[in-house]
Amino acid sequence: MEEKRAAVLDDPASSSGYEIVHSKSKVFYPEFERKTDLKHQTHYCPGCGHGVAHKLIAEALEDLELQNDTILVSPVGCSVFAYYYFDVGNVQVAHGRAPAAATGLKRACPDKIVIAYQGDGDLAAIGTAEIIHAANRGEKITIFFVNNTIYGMTGGQMAPTTLVGQKSTTSPWGRRPVNEGFPLHMSELLSSLEAPVYIERVALSDNKNIMKARRAVRKALEKQRDGAGFSFVEILSPCPTIWGKDPMEARRWVAETMIPNFPLNVFRDRKVEIPVNNAPPQKTIAELIGIEKKVDGKTSEPARNHRFHDLTIKIAGFGGQGVLLLGQLLAEMGMREGLEVSWLPSYGPEMRSGSAHCHICLSKERIGSPLISQPSVLIAMNELSLRKFASQVAPGGVIIYGRTALPVDFSCPQAQIVCIPASELADKLGSAKVANVVMMGALLEETECLSPATAMQVLEAKVKNPALLELDRKALDAGRLYIDDTVAVGAVTQADGFAQ
Amino acid sequence: MRQLCKGNVAIIKGALLAGCRAYYGYPITPASEIAEAAALYIPQVGGTFVQAESETASINMVYGAASAGIRVMTASSGPGLSLMQEGMSYLAGAELPCVIVDVMRGGPGLGNIAPEQSDYFAMVKGGGHGNYRNLVLAPASVQEMAELTVLAFDLADKYRNPAVVLTDGFVGQMMEPLDLEYREVVAPPKPWAVQGTAETRKNMVSSIFLETDDLEQHQRQLEAKYQRAQNSETRWEEYCTEDAEVLVIGYGIVSRVLRSAVDQARNRGIKVGLFRPISLWPFPAKELVRAAGRTERILVSELSNGQMLEDVRLALDGKKPVAFYGRVGGNVPTVEELTEKIEEQMAVSA
Repeated sequence: MEEKRAAVLDDPASSSGYEIVHSKSKVFYPEFERKTDLKHQTHYCPGCGHGVAHKLIAEALEDLELQNDTILVSPVGCSVFAYYYFDVGNVQVAHGRAPAAATGLKRACPDKIVIAYQGDGDLAAIGTAEIIHAANRGEKITIFFVNNTIYGMTGGQMAPTTLVGQKSTTSPWGRRPVNEGFPLHMSELLSSLEAPVYIERVALSDNKNIMKARRAVRKALEKQRDGAGFSFVEILSPCPTIWGKDPMEARRWVAETMIPNFPLNVFRDRKVEIPVNNAPPQKTIAELIGIEKKVDGKTSEPARNHRFHDLTIKIAGFGGQGVLLLGQLLAEMGMREGLEVSWLPSYGPEMRSGSAHCHICLSKERIGSPLISQPSVLIAMNELSLRKFASQVAPGGVIIYGRTALPVDFSCPQAQIVCIPASELADKLGSAKVANVVMMGALLEETECLSPATAMQVLEAKVKNPALLELDRKALDAGRLYIDDTVAVGAVTQADGFAQ
Repeated sequence: MRQLCKGNVAIIKGALLAGCRAYYGYPITPASEIAEAAALYIPQVGGTFVQAESETASINMVYGAASAGIRVMTASSGPGLSLMQEGMSYLAGAELPCVIVDVMRGGPGLGNIAPEQSDYFAMVKGGGHGNYRNLVLAPASVQEMAELTVLAFDLADKYRNPAVVLTDGFVGQMMEPLDLEYREVVAPPKPWAVQGTAETRKNMVSSIFLETDDLEQHQRQLEAKYQRAQNSETRWEEYCTEDAEVLVIGYGIVSRVLRSAVDQARNRGIKVGLFRPISLWPFPAKELVRAAGRTERILVSELSNGQMLEDVRLALDGKKPVAFYGRVGGNVPTVEELTEKIEEQMAVSA
C-alpha cells in the first residue's frame, strides 16, 4: 500500500531529486484503531487530496519533532475524521468553528502547536467570520485550508470556492454569479490583514507542486513553533469522486482549471512586529477584587441605631445629573453603617439627557424586593421626575425636589415636600455636577436617615482628587444648610407639609 | 469585608476565586458589565480575555479552552445565548466543563433589555440539538451571583458538563453588599484534557459517534451522569413554609419580590411561604413535593408566560392545583401586586 503510493509520487520525477518516502510517518497511528473497519487504510477516496495533505503534515510534524506538542483541531467535512489518523492530541469541533476553538486552545497552551485543518465549506462559508478574526488577532496557530471547490462529504453541493460555471448538486446549471456570486479567494482576502505572518497557496496537482506544498506546510509549522504568528496554507486539492473524474484527470483539473482561478503564490512571508503596549499590571486575586482573609467571622460593621427599620428611596432625574451615582453613595453609606442595602438602577442604552432613576433599599434585615413601588423618600431632580413618581410616595413619605418651588399646578397631599434649588447652589460652588451631592445633604438633614460623617467617609473613599473632594464637602454642607435655613424661616412650599 | 458590588461584576469576582483564567465573550445589554469586569480583572492575574467576533465564536473559544482543561467562561443575554446553543450542545456532547452566564432580557427576537425569565426553556430544557442537560443555577442576590458562579465551576468540573448561571437584568444590574472570603482553588485533575503533551497525546475531545450503538452508549452514559446530578445537586431555599397554607414559588428576582409579598401577606394574617429553587436543573422536585405537602394552594410567579411552571406541575403530578401569575415584556411585578395574588389564592381556598 505504502509503496504503491510512493510509486505514484515517484512517477515523473525519478531524476528530479525528490525525496521518495517508503514508510508511514510515526505521526500517523500504525493502524487506524478509531475506525470501525478497514483499519489499515484511510476513509478517503482514491486520488483524494486529503491523503496527501495529511501525509505532508504528519511528515513535517515528525521531522520538526513536534508530535507530542501538537493539538490538531478537526473540522466538519471529509476530514472530520482526521483524528483517526494523526497520533497527536485531537479535538473535534463544530462546522466552521475550528479557528475559534483553536484560539481557546492556543491561549490555554501558548507553547504548544495548534493546527486547524479545514475544508472550503467549513472555512470559507460557515466559518468565514471565525477565520478572518482569528487571522486578524494574529492567533499563533496554523490553518491548513483544503480547497477542492466542492462539498465532498455531503455529496457535491456548491462551495464558496466553486468556480463560475462549475456544476454542483446545488448549482445544477453551473455556478451563476448572478445568483451565487463569485468564488471566494481566501488567501488574497486574508492577505489584506495586517497580523498574519505567513500565507501561501499551493496545489496538489503534480509532484513539483506537491513538493512546494510540502515546503509550505513545514514553513507554516516552523512559524508557529517560533512564535511568529498566524500562518495559513491554502491547498488546492483534487476531489475525483465528486468531480466525476479519475485520479489523474482530477489532478490535471487542479493544474489546468483551478490554478488559473486560484493563482499559486506566497502572499505573506514576514515577521510582523506586534507592539506589546499597555501591558496589564499583575496583582493577587485578593487585592484585585478587594477581599481579605477573614479573621473572626463577620468583618462588617455592627448596625447603628437607625430610626427606621426599612427605608426605601427612589431617585430620579435626567441622565447626567448624577442620579445613579447619588443612589450608589447612599447604598454605600448604608452598608458602612451596618445596614442591608440594595441599589437597583434603571438601565438602558448609554445616553445623556434621557431620564434615569434608581431604587435604594436600606434595611435592618435581609432585603426582599429591591424594586420599590412605594418609596418612603423620593428625590426628584427635575419636574418630569416629580410629576412621574410623586404619586407613588408612601403616605407620610418625603419628597425632595431639586428646584426652588413646586410647579403651581402640582400637589401631593400624602407627602412632605422640600424644595431646594440644587443646581443653582451647585453652580454657585463652581460646578453643576455636584447638584446630586447638594441633594444628598438635603436628604440627610431632612430625614436624618444616615450620618453626614459617613457621607464624608464614602466621598473620601471615592473621590481621589482633593479639589473635587472639597467641592463635594461644600456641596454636602450647602444642601444641609439650605434645609436648616428653610425650616428656620418657614419657607415651605407645601402648606400642610412638615408636621415635625 | 463587605463591598458594594454590582451583580454582573460579582460574577467575575466569583469566577476569579474559582480559578477561572479565561473569558471569551461578546458585549450585550444587560450582561456587558461581566465582559467589562473580565477584561479588567482577568488579565491582571495572568489570564486571558478575548472579545470575540460573535457569541458563536465565543462559545467555541470556550470549547477550545475547556478542551485544554482550564476553567473558562462566557456570558451573554438571550440573543447571544441563542447563538451559543450550537456550541452548548457540542460542549455537552464532548463532556467539556465550562460556565455560561445568561443575564436574561425580554424576548423573543430583539425584544428589549429589561428583565425577563423567558430563557428558562432554552437553558433548563436545552435549546441546542440532541439529548443533553445543562446544570443550571439561579442566583437571587449579588452575593449569590459570586457564590453560585464558584459552585457552577465546581459542578461543571465534577460532572464534565456545561453549567449555566441563569439570572436576569435586575440581579445583573443591581448593587448589594458582597462579602467574599479568599478561597484556595483545588481544581480537580483532568486526565482527559488535550494539552499538547506526551501524556495527553492519545486524548481526544469529540462529540461524534458514527456508529449508532456507540452513540447510544454515549448517551446512556450521559443519562447516568445526569441521574447522579439529579440525586445530589438539588438546591433550594424555603421561607416561612413551616405553617404555610399557600405556597408561592419563584426564582431569581421574582423570589425577592415574593419574599416581600410573603411578609406583607403574613402581616395581613395569611399563612404563606416561599419555595425558591436555586438549582433549576436539577429541579428540586422532591423537596418541592415535601414543601407543598402541607399547603392547600400553590402559586407560581415568573417573568415569563409559564416556563418553570411546567416543572412545578410535573413535580406535583396533578396532586395540587397550581396557579400562575406571570409578567412579561420586562415588567416586574410589585410587592403589592403579588400580595394581591396571594390573597386571591386564599379566597379560592376559603
